[in-house]
Order: sequence, then C-alpha cells, then structure tokens
Amino acid sequence: MAAADRVYLRDAPAKLLPAPVASTGVLGWMRTNLFSSPGNIALTLICVGLVVWIVPSLLRFFIFDAVWSGANREACLPTELQPEPGACWAFVRVWLSYFVYGFYPASERWRVDLFFVLLALGIGWLAWLGAPRRDLGAVYFFIMLPILSFVLLSGVPMLGLADVPTSLWGGILVTIVVATVGIVASLPLGILLALGRRSDMPAVRLFSVAFIEFVRGVPLITVLFMASVMLPLFVPDRFSPDKLMRALIGVALFASAYMAEVVRGGLVSIPRGQYEAAQALALPYWRMMMLVILPQALRVTLPNIVNTFIGLFKDTTLVFIVGIFDFLRTIEAARGDPHWATPVTSVTGYAFAAVFYFVCCYGMSRYARNVEARLARAHRR
Amino acid sequence: MSNRPQYLRRTRQQWINIALQVLLAIIVVGLIYGAAVNASNNLAKANIASGFRFWNNTAGFDISQALIDYSSSTSTFGRAIWVGLLNTLLVASLGIVLATALGFTIGIARLSRNRLVSHLAGGYVELVRNVPLLLQILFWYNAVLKSLPDLRGSIALPGGAYLNNRGLFFPQPQFGTNFGYVAGALVIGVLATVMLHIWARRRQDRTGEPPRTLTYAFGLIVVLPVLVFFAAGAPLSFSFPEMARFNIRGGTEILPELAALLVALTIYTAAFIAEVVRAGILAVAPGQTEAAQALGLRSGATLRLIVVPQAMRVIVPPLTSQYLNLTKNSSLAVAIGYPDLVQVAGSVLNITGQAVEVIAITMAFYLFISLTTSLLMNLYGYRIRIVER
Repeated sequence: MAAADRVYLRDAPAKLLPAPVASTGVLGWMRTNLFSSPGNIALTLICVGLVVWIVPSLLRFFIFDAVWSGANREACLPTELQPEPGACWAFVRVWLSYFVYGFYPASERWRVDLFFVLLALGIGWLAWLGAPRRDLGAVYFFIMLPILSFVLLSGVPMLGLADVPTSLWGGILVTIVVATVGIVASLPLGILLALGRRSDMPAVRLFSVAFIEFVRGVPLITVLFMASVMLPLFVPDRFSPDKLMRALIGVALFASAYMAEVVRGGLVSIPRGQYEAAQALALPYWRMMMLVILPQALRVTLPNIVNTFIGLFKDTTLVFIVGIFDFLRTIEAARGDPHWATPVTSVTGYAFAAVFYFVCCYGMSRYARNVEARLARAHRR
Repeated sequence: MSNRPQYLRRTRQQWINIALQVLLAIIVVGLIYGAAVNASNNLAKANIASGFRFWNNTAGFDISQALIDYSSSTSTFGRAIWVGLLNTLLVASLGIVLATALGFTIGIARLSRNRLVSHLAGGYVELVRNVPLLLQILFWYNAVLKSLPDLRGSIALPGGAYLNNRGLFFPQPQFGTNFGYVAGALVIGVLATVMLHIWARRRQDRTGEPPRTLTYAFGLIVVLPVLVFFAAGAPLSFSFPEMARFNIRGGTEILPELAALLVALTIYTAAFIAEVVRAGILAVAPGQTEAAQALGLRSGATLRLIVVPQAMRVIVPPLTSQYLNLTKNSSLAVAIGYPDLVQVAGSVLNITGQAVEVIAITMAFYLFISLTTSLLMNLYGYRIRIVER
C-alpha cells in the first residue's frame, strides 16, 4: 500500500492552539477575581472609581494638607495660600494632655501613667496564653489591681498621695477606668449569674433570670439614668456615691448581665460527661465548678468575652450623657473652644477619637480571632 | 418527719440549699424595702410628689417633632411621653428597613467572588463596628449636618427640595378626597397578588407547572392603582417648600437630628447585619448547593429554594436581636436632642423630679418590646426547628 492511501495520517503538523489563558500570576489573579464576567467587570470598575474618588481626598485632608503645628485657630483657618486646609492636628496636639488626663492636676499625673503601666501589665499577663502563673495574674488583675489603682488615682493622704476628687478625672483616663471597672466587676458577677441561671435552686434561678433579662431588655442609657438619678434616692443621704461611682455601678451591672449570657454559652458547651465525671469523683459543687467546669468553659468563651468587652469599651462613651468627662466628652468640650473655632476642628476631633477607639477595638478583635483560631486548632488536634 | 423513710428525707445539702434560697430572698426583699424607705424619705425631704398623677398635668415644654397633635400649653405629660414613644418607633422602624437593605447588600458583597468588592465590604464592616455609635452620631450631627450651609445658602435639590443646616425640606403630598379609592385599589391589588401566589404555588405542587405570576402581580400592584388614580381625577397635589426671609414655608421637613440619628444607626447596624448574613450563608453546607446543581436547578433557583431558606433559619434569630439593639440604641438620640422616648422622659423628669416613675415608664416600654420579641423568636425557633426522625 502506498503511503498516499493512508489518508488518516497527517502529513503536516496540526495548527498550534493558542496558549490557555493564564490563571496564575498577577494577571491570572486579576482575571479570575476581578474580571471573570461582564457583571464582575462593572462591579470592579465601580469599586475602583469609588476608591479613586475617596482615598486621595481622605489622604489630602488628613495628611498632606493637614496642619500639624500652631498655637491657635489662625493656623487652621483658610488662607489665600491654602484655601482648603486639611485636618487641624495642631488642635489635638495642644489639647492632648486634656484628652488623656482631663483636669487631673499636672503634678500628680505620674500616678495616672503608673496606673496605665500597671493595667497594661495585668492585661498582658492575662491575655498572653503562654504566660507563666496566669492564676496569679488573675489574682493580680481582679483583686490587687483594683485596690492599687484606687489608692493611686484617688489618693491616700496618709501615704503622701494627695486626694484627687473624681470630678477632676477626665479623658482617656476615665474611659479606661470605666472599661476596667466594667470588666473587673462584670466577669465575677457574670459568672455568678450564669451559674445561678443554671442552678437547680428555683429562687436563685428566678433571681438570675429576672436580673439578666431585665438588664438586657433595656438600653444602657436608662440603666445609667437609673444609676445616676435613682441611686441617690435609694441610699441614705450621707452614703450617696459620687457621680463617677454611680456611673461605674450602672456600667458594672449592665455588663455583668451580658457577661452572664456569654459565660452561660460556655457552660452549655461543656459536655455533660465532664459534670458527671466530676460528680463521680465526689467533688462538691464549688470545687467541681472551680476545678473542672469553669476552667474549660472560660477558655472556650475567651473570644466571646473579649467581644463583649469590645462592646463594653464602646459603650463607655455613654457615660458622657450622664455628665461624666470621658474621652468623647473631652473631645466635645475642646471642640467648642473659641480659640480653635475653625470649620475643620470638629472633624479633626472626631477623627482623632475614632482612631483611638478603632485602634483599641480592632486590636482586641484581632486578639479574639487569634485565640479562636488557636482554640479551633487545639480542638481539631 | 422522722417517720418518713430514709430515701425521702432531705439530705444536709438540700437543707443548706433551702437555707441559701431563703437568705437570698431575705436579702433581695430587704434591699428593695430599704431602698423604698430611703426613697420615700428622700423624696419627702425634697418635697417631690410620688405616684402617676403628673401624667395628666400640662407639660409646658415644646417638642420639635410630633407625629400626633401636641402643643406645650395644652398637652399633658402623658401625651408628651406618647409623642416621644412614637418618635422612637419612627426612627427604629425606618432604621430597621434601611439597615436591613444596606446590611444584606454588604453581607452578600463580603462573599462576592470579586476580591475588590469583598475587601471593600470587609473594610466597611471593620471600620464601622470598631467605632462607638455615639461618636458616629455626633460626627454626622455636628461635623456633617451642622456644617451644611445656613438658610440663605440652602442647597436646592431637584424636585423642589431644600437642604440646609436646619434640615431637609421637601414637598408634602396633599391627598384629595378621592385618594381613598387609590389606597383601596392598592390594598386589593396586594391581597389579590398574595392569593394568586398561593394558588400558583398549590398548582405547582400539584402539576409541576412553574408559577408565572410576575406580570399579573405587576398589573395588580402597579397598573391597577395607577388606573384608579387617574380615574379618580388625580387626587394628589404637593405643597412645595418656599424660601421666606427667616424660614422655609410649606412642605414638610426632616429634622437634622432625625437624619443624623437615622444615618448613624443605619450605617452602624448594617455592619452587624452584614456579619449575620455572611455567617448565615456560610452556614449552609456546600453539599446542599452541589446537590441542588446535581438535580439540575439553575443558580437562581438554587439560591431561592435551597440556600436562602436554610440560611434564614440561621439568620433570623441574630437578625432580630440586631433589630432590638437598633431600637435600644435609638435612645442615644438624647445626645443630639432628637425627641425620642428617653429625651422626652428626661424633660419630664427634670420638670416633675419624679425619677422613679419616669424611668420606670421608659424601662417598661423597652422591656415590653424586648420580651415580646424574644417570645416571638422562641415561637419562630420552635416552628422552624429541624424535625429529626
């Protein structure tokens, strides 16, 4: 047979197909993630437009055209050279010590700084899961630190620390104090309430359920109003707590109801076998809770506890409404200063406050997420 | 007692428990009694009345926004509190609608396969969730709305509306006498559509014929009322806002307080709703989608019939609690002077001095809403629970 008859054999190489569309590399990533369909292309274009529209003007306002130094409003007013000045950071710089300490006497501010350091130590000890002796850390944070801070901040004349009435406290100091008291008081109270809600004593259960549902059903503002207006009515005149104290009581009660629900979630998640095993070992109730159940339950709920704390930290701003000079209130007060009355003062003040709260809350939420991921890994083994 | 058999006798632990409960009851009752005694002493000393008699006294203060007739000289404190309550309900219901729309959009955008879209949505959620709501409200009110131009420099918007630092002024619809027919036609249209839908669903169950009701629904809900509108002689006119020398006459307005509160609540709550929606959609196992595709369902039908119903089971409970949060958060209105329940109650409290009664009324309202909602949620949870064999 001649070769020419075997028509099924090619005598020339087939035409080359074009290379497949790249799905790796920068271009490939863009193609799969940004331009996969006409709808997607449109979305991408809209988003790019949004970014191009917003980001440069934000950068211009907050960084490039911002005024970084100056002694009064003159620096931040529009001039012929700069018809549209950006944020007035000079204002924040001048008022910064007020934002941090309020009217705390300048000569005593080292006490506030020391309080911040002690607090950071306590938080670090508890938050770092690999830290040595975290049980001691808990004792330090929940017992020693409150006493130390009280002595430091409000002063004991006997020890040579002058009295500083709480009406002089202000700014970030008050925000941190409210948040710290909230967490220090609400965690133990919340654990007690959660245990009470799962107790088999009907009176205890009824009390816990009523308290938790009542507090969770009303806004924090009304609780704060109750604490600041009704509390003085409920106690004899001479025991009437001062303004900050009242707000602290309100915040602590409010936070403990929310904490109770979070802890209860942890208690529910512990398998029944753990309870039964503890009972089989004849552990009495409190030792069962302290040695077996709570250590596991709190570990599981740590991310939720941190998330509740983030909520609490944001909610501290509400003490502003019952007349306490927390950080936000100091911003409001400084914003109204006629020496700094410019069109950009308010925006600058709020932006500064927003950055502060964002950094704190975002940091905490990242921490919660890391712990969660770590717990998930430990769980999977 | 000693006659009872051993197994019926209470153990020592049980006696301790009973003693503990009695102790708790004594402490609680004692605290309440002590507080009541102190309160009545302190109130008597300050010469403040007690009881709810103030409810029918003339209020004597102005409220900047009232949905029902209210005047400072003739209306009572009770009426004032109703005005505040309605204002709270107004801002809460508007906020819930807007936040749901924005929240679902952002939540779905977070799951988009388009990385730019999902990252932008993620950035929005992180930014908004981590800044206190009160700060956001103050920002929108003081930094944005209050820095709008004043009356003279009012920005004229299309459609005859004006925007300035006193609020948004827009044309107010004036309904003619025949407008009732149009509203009636709309109601009939909606009811008929619902019935049509039920019928089509039943027919689909019976015969497998897909429901094609969209055209009819459009006809019933849109075309019918429009026809009736023109048949009734177009009984609708507008009162346009007009610039006068010192104010704007005519039209109706949205207070800047309401606008700031609404914007802040919407933006804040939407971030939380977005997370709820995302978690709900992610909670539907991918096998469900794959099974639907294996059965030959198109992607739209997969979403509508398989994914959304299962996601809703996860979404609805936390979504409701976000709605409750929004309602409770609307009490922050007091910081910018929007006359909601808490703000009005605050005025009443300042005038009458009757803190216990006023705060009790306020709390009772929020408690009523919260407890009713959680009751409904429990019923819903019971209805949609997965019935296992």
